[in-house]
Parts: sequence; structure tokens; C-alpha cells
Amino acid sequence: MTDIPIHEAMMAPRAAWKVAPVLSQIRWSGFLGYALLAPSLIFLGLFTYGPIAQLMADSLFVRKGIGAATEFAGLTNYKAVLADPSFHHALVNNVIFAVLTVVPSLVLSLFLAMALVHSTRVNSALRAVFFFPVLVPLVAAASLFLFVFLPGVGLIDHYLARFFVNPPNWLGNPDIALYSLIGVTIWKNAGYYMLFFLAGLQSVPPDAYEAAYLDGASPWQRLKYVTLPYLKPTIAFVAVISLLNIITQVDHVFVLTKGGPSESTSLVLFYIYQQAVESYDIGKASAATFISLLALLGITLTSLRTLERSFGGAA
Amino acid sequence: MREISTATLATRHEITPKLGYLLVLGAAFIWVVPFLWMIVAAFRPGAYGAIGMASILPDYIPTLANFAEAWASADFPRQTLNSAIIAFGILAVQMVTITLAGFAFARLEFPGKRVLFYVFLLQLMLAPVVLIVPNLQMIAKLGLYDTLLGVMAPYFASAFGTFLMRQAFNDIPRELEDAAMLDGANWWQRIRFIYVPLARPAFIAFGIVSVTSHWNEFIWPLMVINSPENRPLTVGLSAFTRGQEGAQAWGVIAAGTLFVIAPLAIGFLGFQRRFVNSFVSSGIK
Repeated sequence: MTDIPIHEAMMAPRAAWKVAPVLSQIRWSGFLGYALLAPSLIFLGLFTYGPIAQLMADSLFVRKGIGAATEFAGLTNYKAVLADPSFHHALVNNVIFAVLTVVPSLVLSLFLAMALVHSTRVNSALRAVFFFPVLVPLVAAASLFLFVFLPGVGLIDHYLARFFVNPPNWLGNPDIALYSLIGVTIWKNAGYYMLFFLAGLQSVPPDAYEAAYLDGASPWQRLKYVTLPYLKPTIAFVAVISLLNIITQVDHVFVLTKGGPSESTSLVLFYIYQQAVESYDIGKASAATFISLLALLGITLTSLRTLERSFGGAA
Repeated sequence: MREISTATLATRHEITPKLGYLLVLGAAFIWVVPFLWMIVAAFRPGAYGAIGMASILPDYIPTLANFAEAWASADFPRQTLNSAIIAFGILAVQMVTITLAGFAFARLEFPGKRVLFYVFLLQLMLAPVVLIVPNLQMIAKLGLYDTLLGVMAPYFASAFGTFLMRQAFNDIPRELEDAAMLDGANWWQRIRFIYVPLARPAFIAFGIVSVTSHWNEFIWPLMVINSPENRPLTVGLSAFTRGQEGAQAWGVIAAGTLFVIAPLAIGFLGFQRRFVNSFVSSGIK
């Protein structure tokens, strides 16, 4: 808005005596700016930044006994969390979960996008099929997969029994359960990432393909030297949001495995929930939350440019 | 807003035809099978026990018994209402906060704008769901524990929505606003009669993404809500599933899950393009 009065001032021959109103316009614009941001800032303060400050404070205190006052404990909670084998399991599981979900999801969604890029009737229907799980609550998806994974008589075993003599216990075997959750997660989100690749593929200039084609580049070479370089920003963006999803979406753990068997599917956010709700250990839950926030912050800082680009750059 | 328009030549002669369209069709089958099973199982008579439940062929005379039992064993109408209050209540407040903040970032100059922009940007990553523990303490302090308002409050400000509106407002020609100013329109009238109507597609896109993600949310309402009558559908469904799983009532679970999925599925079938385009513009839910 400021440039409007200035623009006006330059146009008007009476610019000189208009300086004072222009200044007050600028001041008014500034005041209005803060006033319009205020509602959002109040909620951000109450529910993001305030709680983070609270969190840092809480993570430094311990409660000695039920109902006792809290005492300053320095880094005790952090030491306790880092020494807690359950937290270790959750952390290691989360890293495995992240790598084995993000990489296949990226490959699969890119593959689907390339296969379905032409907007034919059939392709639109297929896109809808792959996208639909994105809309479904993760809890509802988990309720269905409870039966899909059911040993012996469930959907997978019923149909795969013809090919495998001894199908594993998908959710009951500690060596396999995490991979079953990974499967559900890929199924749930691949269609979402596919959308970004579909949009990204539009930005590849057809000329580049023509040129590569005429130069006799093989399909793999065209993928490597034409498609992927153009899709770099999309790949970075999808990698960031899929990592965020990995950290924040653990609903299926609650329904399918509750972190078991023997903590093989416990993830960090699930651990935080357990500490807070089941063990009432706010100190430990806070320390673990803070550690996850650091992870999120790390992802943010390494991907700030990707994000800024996606949201049209800083003011 | 980017759209998935008709395809370019982008992937002509590309790899996928060689790997085979068949692979995609196979994958599509895997993707759709759980839903197929849900529908077939929900109408299957004699739902107790799991033997024979796995078939995805409707080799029976359909029955509504599973729906009746699901309906009787959980308060679906109440939970649907709660979910709707939460999702649309959040959206209503967000519409106000993101319009005002989006306008401020798009059209006003003030000291500290850049810093405030980063305050918003950072919130995209510090997802409220990770802050369940400290946010719950804040909710308790405000006396909102076990209320629907408590579930909604942390989402009243939306960094994503703010950026979306900023983008949409930036795309509106300034000349329109200048003309309105000459006519003596104040800032509120300019937002109300120029920016909001012209940014309608962005509002719709944001609305779809916001309602879908809060309709589907689980952990946060699970933390905040204690009384069964305040549960949203997702929390209700997990409790319901736990109960029915013990009874091996897979047909009833399928019917209950169908209740939960149905509203969004109907919306999606009706407005497929809108949903898809909204999610493309979302990036972060």
C-alpha cells in the first residue's frame, strides 16, 4: 500500500504539501499490518511458540514422586531419554521407517506420474485410484489393513497362500511388522506425491525431449539427463513433505501394532504419546518432543530454499 | 494455482511403456483392493469369525446386518457431528485469520515484515501434532480440556493458508484496488469486495485441504478428548475397531470404516478435479 501514496505524491503537482499525509499513510499501513497479523500471531504464540518455550522449561524439570513439586534437574530428562532403550528403539525404527518409506515412495510416485501423465480417460481414473487413499483417515486405512494382515485368513494370506507355503505373521513378527507399516504408509501417500510429479512433468520442455530423442538417447538416458534434472525442485519438495509426514503421521501404529511386538514398531511420536499419557512422565515426553523438534528444524533449515520457492519467496 | 492440464509431450517415448502399463494396472489393483474388500465384507452376511471373509467376490445375498450392528455399537451420528463441528469450525476461524494475514503480507509494508514471514514459515515445519504434549498443557490451562474447542484451537492460525492467500492476493492486479481507493473504499471494503471474491479458487482449495486434514486427524483429538460423547469419528473408529477386533467381527469393522470414509469419498467422487487441484496447491497439509 505504501507505494500507492508515494506514486500519488509523485504524480500530483502539490506533492510538497502532501508529504505529511504520505508519512501518516505509511504509519497507518504499518499499524494496519500488525493489526491484521495479530489474530494469527496470537494463535501462533498460544499454540506454537509459547508451548515451545514451555517445553524447553518443562524438559529441564523433574517431578519427584506423585503430586510433589517439580525440581530443576538440568539435563537429567535428556540423559534419561537418551539412555532409555525404548527411545532408542523408537529413534532407530523411525530412521529405518523414514528411509524405507521416503525412497520407495519417491520412486513409485515418479513412476506413476510418468506412466499417467497423458490425460486420457483411463489415466484420470487410475490417478483417482492412486490418490484416493490420501483422503482416507489413516486410522480408517489401518482398520482395513488390520484384516489385510490378519494371519492365516486375512486378505494377503488368503490370496498368497497359493504361492507361499508359510506366510509370515505380518504384524506379529518383530522382524517384519515395521515393514508392514511401511507398506501401509507407501500405499497411503504415494498418490499424493504423484500429484506433484504430474505437475512437475508439465515443466519439462518438450523440445528437450525431442532433442534428446533425435540425439539417440535411450529411455534411461532421457530419464537421467532430461527428466530428472528438470524435476529436481519437485523431488526436493516431495522429499521434504514426505519426511514431515513420516515424523507426524503415526496414527496407524495406534491401531495396527501399538508399538509392538517388543517395541519393533514404536516410533518417536508414539513414544512421546506413551510417555505423556501412559507414564505421565511430562519431563521425558518434553525432552523427546524437543529432540524431534530439533530434527524438524534440521529438515527445515536444509530445505528452507525449497520451501520458500514453493511459497513464492520471502516478502 | 497450478493445474494438471492436458499432458505435454513430456514423456513420449519414455521408459514406462517399456516397463509396462501392466505394472501400473497391477499396482492400481493393489491400491483399490482394501476398499473393494471393505465394501464386499460390509455387505457379507454371517460376519462373525474370519474364515471366508477374505474373498473379494460378492458371492452372497447382500445384507445390512453389519451396518445395523456397527450403527448400534458406536454413536456414529454424534461422532460425525463432532468431526464436522471440528473441521468446519477450524475452517471458519482460519478463513478470517488467513485472509487478514494474507492481505497484510501481500499488500502492506511494515517494519519486521520479513522476520514475521519467517515466524509463519517456521510454523509450517513445527507441525502442531509434534507439540501434542505442550499444547495439551496449554489447552488444560485455558480450561479447554475435553472440549471440541480445545481440539480446534491450535489450528486457528494457519501458516499454509496465509501463504496461499498471500499468493492469491498478489496475483490480483493492484489497479482494481487503486480504483476502489479513489472511490473511497477503506481497507476492509477493499478486502471484502475485491480481494475475497477474486481469490475464491484459493479459498476453495484451502477449504478442501483444511477440512480433509482435520476430519482425518487422530492423535491430537485422542489426547484432548476424554468423554466418549465428544469423540470425533477417527477416535471413535479406533475404539470401535479395538472392540470389534476382539470379537473378530470383520464385517462390522468394514461397515464402520465405510461410515467414516463415505463422506469424503462422496465429496471426492463429486468434485474429483477440485480435490486433486487443491491438493496439488497444498504442498503441506
